[in-house]
Amino acid sequence: MMIGPLAFTAPWLLVGLIALPVLWLLLRAVPPAPIRRRFPGVALLLGLEDSARQADKTPWWLLVLRALAVAAAILGFAGPVLNPEQRQPGTGPLLVLLDGGWADARDWSRRVARAGELIAEAGRQGRTVAVLRLTDAPDTPQFQSAEAWAGRMAAMVPQAWLPGDLAPWVAKLPEGDFDSYWLTDGLAHPGQAALTSALTAKGALTVFQSPRPLFLLHPAGFADGAVQIAASRLPAPDAAQAEVVARGPDPSGIDRELARQTLSFAPGADRAEGKLSLPPELRNRITRFEILGQRTAGAVSLTDDSLKRRKIAILGTGADREGLQLLSATHYLRQALQPVADLLDGSLSDVLPANPDVIILADVARLTQNETDGLLDWLDKGGLLLRFAGPRLAASDLSRSAEDPLMPVRLREGGRSVGGSMSWGEPKTLAPFPESSPFHGLPVPADVTVTEQVLAQPDPDLSQRTIAALADGTPLVTRKEIGEGQVVLFHVTANAEWSNLPLSGLFMQMLERLAVSARTVEPGAEALAGQIWVPEKVLDAYGQEAKAGEVAGVEGEGLARAMAEGPGPGFPPGLYAGPENRVALNVVGAQTVVTAASWPAGVKVEGMDAVREQALKGGLLAGALLLLAADILAALWLAGRLGGMLRRGRAAGLVLAAVALTALHPGDARAQDSADAKAIEATRGVVLAHVLTGNAEVDRVAQAGLLGLSYRLYDRTSVEPELPAGVDLEKDELAFYPFLYWPITADQPLPSPAAYDKLNRFLRTGGMILFDTRDGDVAGLGGGTSPEGQALQLLASGLDIPPLEQIPEDHVLTRSFYLLQEFPGRYTSPALWVEAAPPDAEQEEGMPFRNLNDGVTPVIIGGNDWAAAWAVDDNDAPMFPVGRGFAGEQQREIAYRFGINVVMHVLTGNYKSDQVHVPALLERLGQ
Amino acid sequence: MSLSAPSSADLRTRAEVLGQALPPLLAEAEHLAQTVMLGEHGRRRAGQGDEFWQYRPAHAGDSARSIDWRRSARSDAHFIREREWQAAQSVTIWVDASRSMGFSGAKERASKADRARLIGLALGVLLLRSGERVGLAGQPPRPGRSQVVAMAAALATGSAADYGSPEVAGMVAHGRAVFLSDFLGPLEDLETALAAASDRGVRGVMMQILDPAEEEFPFDGRTIFDSMGGSLTHETQSAGELRARYLARLAERKDRLQALARAVGWHFSAHHTGDTAQAGLLWAYRALEGGR
Repeated sequence: MMIGPLAFTAPWLLVGLIALPVLWLLLRAVPPAPIRRRFPGVALLLGLEDSARQADKTPWWLLVLRALAVAAAILGFAGPVLNPEQRQPGTGPLLVLLDGGWADARDWSRRVARAGELIAEAGRQGRTVAVLRLTDAPDTPQFQSAEAWAGRMAAMVPQAWLPGDLAPWVAKLPEGDFDSYWLTDGLAHPGQAALTSALTAKGALTVFQSPRPLFLLHPAGFADGAVQIAASRLPAPDAAQAEVVARGPDPSGIDRELARQTLSFAPGADRAEGKLSLPPELRNRITRFEILGQRTAGAVSLTDDSLKRRKIAILGTGADREGLQLLSATHYLRQALQPVADLLDGSLSDVLPANPDVIILADVARLTQNETDGLLDWLDKGGLLLRFAGPRLAASDLSRSAEDPLMPVRLREGGRSVGGSMSWGEPKTLAPFPESSPFHGLPVPADVTVTEQVLAQPDPDLSQRTIAALADGTPLVTRKEIGEGQVVLFHVTANAEWSNLPLSGLFMQMLERLAVSARTVEPGAEALAGQIWVPEKVLDAYGQEAKAGEVAGVEGEGLARAMAEGPGPGFPPGLYAGPENRVALNVVGAQTVVTAASWPAGVKVEGMDAVREQALKGGLLAGALLLLAADILAALWLAGRLGGMLRRGRAAGLVLAAVALTALHPGDARAQDSADAKAIEATRGVVLAHVLTGNAEVDRVAQAGLLGLSYRLYDRTSVEPELPAGVDLEKDELAFYPFLYWPITADQPLPSPAAYDKLNRFLRTGGMILFDTRDGDVAGLGGGTSPEGQALQLLASGLDIPPLEQIPEDHVLTRSFYLLQEFPGRYTSPALWVEAAPPDAEQEEGMPFRNLNDGVTPVIIGGNDWAAAWAVDDNDAPMFPVGRGFAGEQQREIAYRFGINVVMHVLTGNYKSDQVHVPALLERLGQ
Repeated sequence: MSLSAPSSADLRTRAEVLGQALPPLLAEAEHLAQTVMLGEHGRRRAGQGDEFWQYRPAHAGDSARSIDWRRSARSDAHFIREREWQAAQSVTIWVDASRSMGFSGAKERASKADRARLIGLALGVLLLRSGERVGLAGQPPRPGRSQVVAMAAALATGSAADYGSPEVAGMVAHGRAVFLSDFLGPLEDLETALAAASDRGVRGVMMQILDPAEEEFPFDGRTIFDSMGGSLTHETQSAGELRARYLARLAERKDRLQALARAVGWHFSAHHTGDTAQAGLLWAYRALEGGR
């Protein structure tokens, strides 16, 4: 039933409205109930008449209130709907189009659900269906039954790129008339108009467009000493905020949030920019930027070398040579590198400890032995030494007869000069770069000439080491690998004295290819061309990174095209590694502008229109409830009970408010209380503690194990522990516990830096941690092949653990209470690692053991799953079988003895080691 | 809520319960009485007694025996040595034990009956300490500390009547009387009692003990008021509207009581259970003393 824009789902309920007048009469006849009070002063009241007797009947406004409440309830249950949708069943085949790009990823599940509904509805009407994903290659869809598509629909995922040109789809549309339903991502794509008109020609076209805004993050650039971030959005209605997060590995290699910046969009503005000022160490670690809360590839921007700033030390010939600045050997280098790198100044011995990425020696011939050794060490670790020739190098004997370790080739005496006024021939131009050269693909400008150079001795491996040559074949740039690093020699000067190469753009590109300088702008086609780029990481449509795996590399030319036009099939967004450097292919480029799709008149667009179907039932029922609540208050007030109730209710109200406040901050109060309670429990006596791993079963076994050990300690020793405790490394104070049992699970989360601080403080101040990988140490800890072993290595990397050794026979653990030779748990692996004895520990004459280190080993590492061997249930019966038969029980007993020894060791330290002094003491007593 | 025929066992139980409550009442009354400093409350008039009061010139009619010759020898006139009047008085205290006194307007406030008993007993303790004879209405006034216990025991009994009427039985002629009640019931009995007391030369004190709720009438809405015993009922649609008229009637009642008291030479005051008992006790003690 429809009344204007209002419809009712259960209109017959409206008949109930007729009952309202009856209700009116009924309510009118029943006045509010009186209160009976005992009051001695009634004697004085006798005979007093009420001035007005209107309260005898219910007052009219209360009647109106109640009638309204009932009317609202009746209307609510009748199910009113504002602007109800008119569904017209269609006929004929139905074509569902999905853009299927990353822009759809923001609400892909909703789109799939919508498409699923459409397909299901079509199935009910017996229509055939076809589904198109426009990011696929154009292909003619087949109309099939709805059931056939329903399953495929659920498995469909968006692609990490946007649809390309849509015009080719026009030719691929199926024959015959059909209705279409286009779930669009709201962006304008090329060829959209053609496809739209083709679809409308075939039948009715309905477009579904999501009202959710789309946020795009542009690649971060570096300018003015800060990282520049920019984001766009579509549509741009009113002010909005976007949190941009920079992520990257922290020093321990775990991916963490490194910085955060909020970008503010002004109302109507579709672009917002911000700056992020970061220290170079942090900046170089950033691997990706993302807009928080946006799960699309468009809101993720991977960073490549362009954001990395290398530390480059430039060393010239020293201050002895006074000259014009433009003639300085390093002037052009400094000009070229200043904007793209962090330059270090100082002598070689000063800059080497700073561990620069690149050291440039411009016409430096003489190095001390010390500097040479330092440079070689640094080269072994992956440094890049870039040398330039010059008059001094040419005049020196460096690398003349034998190859200098810091030179790629031997040099001939004197060098050569061509094209000068006193020499024959023309200045030499450059030959095209060979394929093996890192410069391959760079265009060679014709105006780059060389007039003077140093010449390489024709050695057997000269041709391998040449990466650039002159037109006549003489080497211009040579390279040699040393360890993980390399030495590159430019056979010309770094200034314009011998060649105009340093003045050309080619020089910059060559430095870039050598990874000396980092790009500041997006790499051009020529920068990428001629190289093979292998994807390292690829992004999916949701912006999740995945290892590329064994994906074949792509041609630089194709990558350059993808950089310009956006990723596509074959070029997924991600990080591509070239021979020397890496580039990031992001779905959104620096200049990417997206525009909203526009639809011709006559196409019905859903999802965006303001008039939406709205059920009023909830609001009406809530209104009825509110009116009834008001009626309660009014009735109370009429009966005179409100005042007393308010007076009485004040205390109750305070309590309620307090309860509400506590409910708002339940965590704080509880955390505080439980922390205090835990501290009191932990300090009541000796409490053995285990680290909570998050795995409920492991934690339960650890608790039961420590309980069993506590019982044994109580029975056999003077240590009388309290109930063991589970310790949350992040929240709980560790200082109360002398001993932590840490079962390792493979999926354990890493402790936070604060927790590591706490653990290290715990270890340094005499605490002990017993690490248990619970895997029987099948492959030995050195291998770390079990998942638990790897987890232990990862966990312990942040801990301040001294050098370890396998437990020696005379370690104090073997005799701190029981005499033990082995330390079994449920497993019997002999490997147990403790702090290494000092190297100078020696066994004295006649003593059974060495004079070992003082103090307690801070860690014991093993894998025998001791907690399971110790574990007892509530009846003090073992929880797990150990070994087989009597031998197993013996093994359990030894496991308990090991536990007792450990606790004794923790509590009494090296007391048993002091027996080494017994002879000396006896001797002193004898005197 | 019928008290018409309590069985003997019930009565004993209640009596025991009340008896248990007695020591606290006694202690409280003693404590309250301690707060009143007796000091030099001289009778301030000549009379029979041991203490010297004054010498005065002999008038005609004074017997020759009363002349103090030692003083008279020092001058030409004759002097009579007067002693301070020290005759003990008989004080009868009537504490209204009716149901209406059991009213309390708030949970944390004691009932009017409690306050009346407390003030009555404390007054008795004070008077006994200063050597008077004290008794509750119906008892003969007796001196001595033991009378306190007897009074306390007698105070524990309640009455089933809705409103109390004062007893004149047991009042000693020319003695003193104390009436502690809310005086909300019919005034005829009070008038009769006052007339009878006045006939016997008894003067005294009327203290009206009221609950603050009775002074403020903090009620609203449709209400049925019952008297404490249930004998009187009044229904109103809007209690708030009655407030002004109720307060006017209460003021009128107080005026009437004041006038009654003045007519027979008594003192009248109203005491509220919301105030401290000490204030009421002090006023009653001073009023008794002044009237003597």
